[in-house]
Amino acid sequence: MQSDASTTPPSSPAHKPGHSFATAQGNSDQGKSDLGGPMPSKMGEKISATEVAITVRGFSSWYGSFHALKNLDLDIDARHVTALIGPSGCGKSTFLRWMNRMNDTIPGARAEGSIQLDGMDLLAKSVDVVDLRRHVGMVFQKPNPFPKSIFDNVAFGPRLHKTYSRAELDELVEQSLRQASIWNEVKDRLHSSALGLSGGQQQRLCIARAIAVGPEVLLMDEPCSALDPKSTLAIEELIESLADRFTIVIVTHNMHQAARVSDKTAFFFEGKLIESGATESIFTTPKNKQTEDYVTGRFG
Amino acid sequence: MGIRVRCPAREPAVTALPTTSSTQQRDLRRLGTPKSVSARAFRERLIVACLAVAATFSILVTTTIVVVLAKETVGFFAFPDVTVGEFFGSTEWNPLLGAEKHFGIWPLISGTVLVTVIAGSFALPIGLIAALYLSEYASPRIRATLKPALEILAGIPTVVYGFFALTVITPALQKLSPAFGNYNAMSAGLATGIMILPIVCSLSEDSLRSVPRSLRDGAFALGGTRFDVSVKVVLPAALSGIVAAFLLAISRAIGETMIVALAAGGIAQITANPAAEVQTMTAYMVQIFLGDAPATGVEYKSSYAVAAMLFVMTFVLTMIGQAILRRFREEYD
Amino acid sequence: MATTRSTASRVFSDRAFLWTCLIATNVAVVVLAVLLVSIFWQGWGTLEWSFITNFASRKPAEAGIRAPLMGSIWVCTICGLVALPLGVGTAIFLEEFSRKSRFTRIVQTNIMNLAGVPSIVYGILGLTAFARMFGAFGTNTDEAITFGSEESFWYLRIPFGSSVLAGGLTLMLVILPVVIIATQEALRAVPSSLRSGAMALGATPWQTVWGITLPAAVPGIMTGAILAMSRAIGESAPLLVLGGLLFVLNTPENLMSDFAILPLQIYNWAGRPQDDFHLIAASAIIVQLAVLFLFNGIAVLIRQKLQKPLQY
Repeated sequence: MQSDASTTPPSSPAHKPGHSFATAQGNSDQGKSDLGGPMPSKMGEKISATEVAITVRGFSSWYGSFHALKNLDLDIDARHVTALIGPSGCGKSTFLRWMNRMNDTIPGARAEGSIQLDGMDLLAKSVDVVDLRRHVGMVFQKPNPFPKSIFDNVAFGPRLHKTYSRAELDELVEQSLRQASIWNEVKDRLHSSALGLSGGQQQRLCIARAIAVGPEVLLMDEPCSALDPKSTLAIEELIESLADRFTIVIVTHNMHQAARVSDKTAFFFEGKLIESGATESIFTTPKNKQTEDYVTGRFG
Repeated sequence: MGIRVRCPAREPAVTALPTTSSTQQRDLRRLGTPKSVSARAFRERLIVACLAVAATFSILVTTTIVVVLAKETVGFFAFPDVTVGEFFGSTEWNPLLGAEKHFGIWPLISGTVLVTVIAGSFALPIGLIAALYLSEYASPRIRATLKPALEILAGIPTVVYGFFALTVITPALQKLSPAFGNYNAMSAGLATGIMILPIVCSLSEDSLRSVPRSLRDGAFALGGTRFDVSVKVVLPAALSGIVAAFLLAISRAIGETMIVALAAGGIAQITANPAAEVQTMTAYMVQIFLGDAPATGVEYKSSYAVAAMLFVMTFVLTMIGQAILRRFREEYD
Repeated sequence: MATTRSTASRVFSDRAFLWTCLIATNVAVVVLAVLLVSIFWQGWGTLEWSFITNFASRKPAEAGIRAPLMGSIWVCTICGLVALPLGVGTAIFLEEFSRKSRFTRIVQTNIMNLAGVPSIVYGILGLTAFARMFGAFGTNTDEAITFGSEESFWYLRIPFGSSVLAGGLTLMLVILPVVIIATQEALRAVPSSLRSGAMALGATPWQTVWGITLPAAVPGIMTGAILAMSRAIGESAPLLVLGGLLFVLNTPENLMSDFAILPLQIYNWAGRPQDDFHLIAASAIIVQLAVLFLFNGIAVLIRQKLQKPLQY
C-alpha cells in the first residue's frame, strides 16, 4: 500500500481513468478538456507527476437519517495539495473524516460508494481502520498536543506500530520535527511539556506527530482556523514544503488560503460536490454559478 | 476579485527545510521493527472483554441485593406469626417483647419519616441558601474558605455525628425543655440534618453554577438587582437539579443508620412529637444484627423485610431524582 | 398603569437576602467548629500513646484502640485493592468502549441507584454473599473448606465468615459506585480532541485509553479514589451487620482473622451509659478524624500538584 508513493516513476503519463477531477454533474468531458493535462504551473517543478492517489466514486454518507454527502465523484492527485471549500455544514469536513474513517466513532454514521487509496477501498468492512490511519494522517482544527513532552508527542504514534531502538527513535523524532519546520524552535526543550508551546508551534508539532507515523496522505481539517495570521503563514509555508512528499487534502473556510496553498480545489455545497478543478480555474473562471457566487463572496 | 491564486510560476518554497537536504534523509518508514498486528488485535479484545466483565459486576450486585432481600422477605412471611396484611395494616411493631408478637411496619416508617422531616427542614433551606450564596454572591476568597469547611463536614463519619448528637445536641435540647429525654427524634434529626447539609449544598451549587452566564447577564441588563437575578432567574433555571439534590439528600437521611442507632432510641411508635423516643427502620436492623434475636427466628427474618422496604423507598427516590436530572440535561444540551 | 417599585425597597430586599445568606452559610462553619471543639474538649485528656497501643478493655482507663485501628487498616486496604481496579475498569468501559446501547444505559442507571442504596443494605448483601456464601458450603464453621496454613497471610476459608476479607469486600460494594462515578467524571473531563489525535495516529481504542486518556484523567481519578477511601474508613453500618460488635483482643494476622474497626469501636463506647467511655470514644474520634484529614490533605495536594492545564 505504501510502495506506490515512493516507487512510481515520476514521469508516468497520466492515463488512469478519471485522472482529472471529475465534476459532480458527471460532466467529465468538460472537466477533462479543462484540466486534463498537468497544470502548466507544475511543468517546471514536477513534470507530469500527477498520478491519482485517492479515487472517490458514487460516495454518499448519512448521519442517522440526515443525508450529509450526496453521490460524490472526485480524484485526488498524489503529492499535490487539494483544498475542499464551501460554506459551513456543506459536508467538506465530513468527507475528510471519511478518508481515514474517523467517522467510525460517531454512532449512526454510514456511507455508500467507494473511496479508493492506491486501489484499495477504504470503506470496505475488511479494512483495519487502525492500520488505515497509519497511512492517512490527520491534523485537526484546534492544535491538540498530548499533555506530554514534545519528544513523547512525536514518538507516540511510531511507538504504537513498531519497536524502535533509542537511536532510531531520536532520529525519527528529529526528522519529523525538521520536516514540520519546528526543529530549531524546540530542539533545546524536547523533554518539556508540549502544552508550553504557542498555538502555531503546537499545530506544527501536531503535523510533525502525524508525519512521524509515515503516512502517504495528510488530511488537514481547517488547520489554521484557531491561529493568528503569522502562525497561519508559517503553516501555509509548511504545507507547500510538504506537498512534494505527501498527498495533502485541506479543508478550509478561507478562500484566500485555498487559493494560496492548493493545486486543486473542490467546492462543496449542501452535501454535493458542485465543481472541482485546478485552483486557478475555480477562482478565475468557475463553470458553475454557485461556485462563482461563493468564490466572489456573494454568499457563505 | 481580490483573491490571489497561487501563482502559475510558483517559486520554490522559501522555507526550504533548514539544515536537511533530501539526500541525507532516510525514509522514516524504514526505521523500526513492526509489531505484530494479530497480537495487538487479540490483546485489544481480551482487554475489552475484561472491562465488560467489570461493568457487568455492578448489575450482578443489584441483582443479588434484590434476590436476597426478596427470598428472605418471602421466608419471613412464611412464618405463621405474620401475614402481609398485618405487616402493612397493623400499627403495632413489637417483635421482641411480650407474649404476642406484632409486625406492623408503620411505627418504624413513622420514626424514619419523623427523623427525615426534621433533618430535611434543617438541611434543605440552609443548604439551598448557602448554595445560592456560594454560587451568586461569595467572592473567590470566601468560597476558598467555605468550600473546605463543607468538604470536611461531608467527610466526617456518621458515627461521629451520632456521638455529637448524644453528647452535645441532646444535653443542649434538655436545657431548652425538660420534655426531651436522653433519646429523642429531634437530636437524631438535627445530627442527620448536619450530615446531609454538605450534600444539599454542594449538589445545589453545582446545579446553580451550570446555569449559563448569558442568562444572568440578560437579567442584569434588564436592571435586576443581584437578589432579583439569583432568586427569580437563576434559581428557577436550576430547579430540577436542586430537586434532584434534595431527593438524594432525603434518601441518604432515610438510610442513615449510626446516628439514629445512637441518638433516637429504641421504642417503635407512631408519633409526630420531636421530643419523643422513636425507632427507625435502620435502627431496628442494627438492634437485630447486634444479636438480640436468634438467627433463624421470625424476629431475625423480620429485619430482611424491613431492609426490603428501605431498599424500595430509597430506590424510588433515586429513580425520581434520575428522571428529573435527565430532563434537566435535555433542557441544556 | 404599573406602579414603580421603589429603589429603596429593592435595595432593602437585596440587603436582607444577603444577610440571610451569610447567616445560613455560617451555620455550616459554626456547626463544624462546635463539633470539633466539643470532641477535642472531651477526648484530648484521655488521648495518650498507650491509648493507641493498648487493646480493648472493660476498664475505660486501660482501654485502647490497637485492634480496631489495625482492623480498619486491613479492611480498607482490601477494600481499596478490589474497588479501584473494578471501579476504574467499569468507568473506562462505560466512557470509552461502549456506544450508547441499551446495556450501557442499564448499567449507568444501575450505578446511580447503587450509589443511593443505604449502606446497611450492603451489609446484608455482604453477610449473605461473602460471610455465608448463600449457605452453599454449609453453615457450620467446622465444615468450611480451607486453603493454606493459618500462619500465612493468604490463608483462605470458604465461606469467609466475619473475616477481614469479607469485611473488605463488603466495604468495596459500598464505595464501588463512588469510584465509578468519580472516574467517569474524570474521563469525561479529558478533551475529546486528545482521543481523536491519538486515533488519527493509528492508536487502537485501548492504546488511546492507556497512552492518552487515562494519564490525563489520573489527578481526577486519584482525588475521587481518596474521597471514596475516606468514606470507607468512616463507614460502620455494613460491618456492624456483617460481624456485630466483636470484642477483639488481637490484630488481624491473615485474611480470615476476626476484626474490629475504629468507627464501630467508637459506636460501642458512645453507646454505653458511663461518661468515662464517652471520653475515650471522643479520643478515638480524634484519631479517626486525624486519619481522615490526612487522607483529605493528600487528595487536595494531588489536585493542586498533578492537575495540568488541559484546556486549549
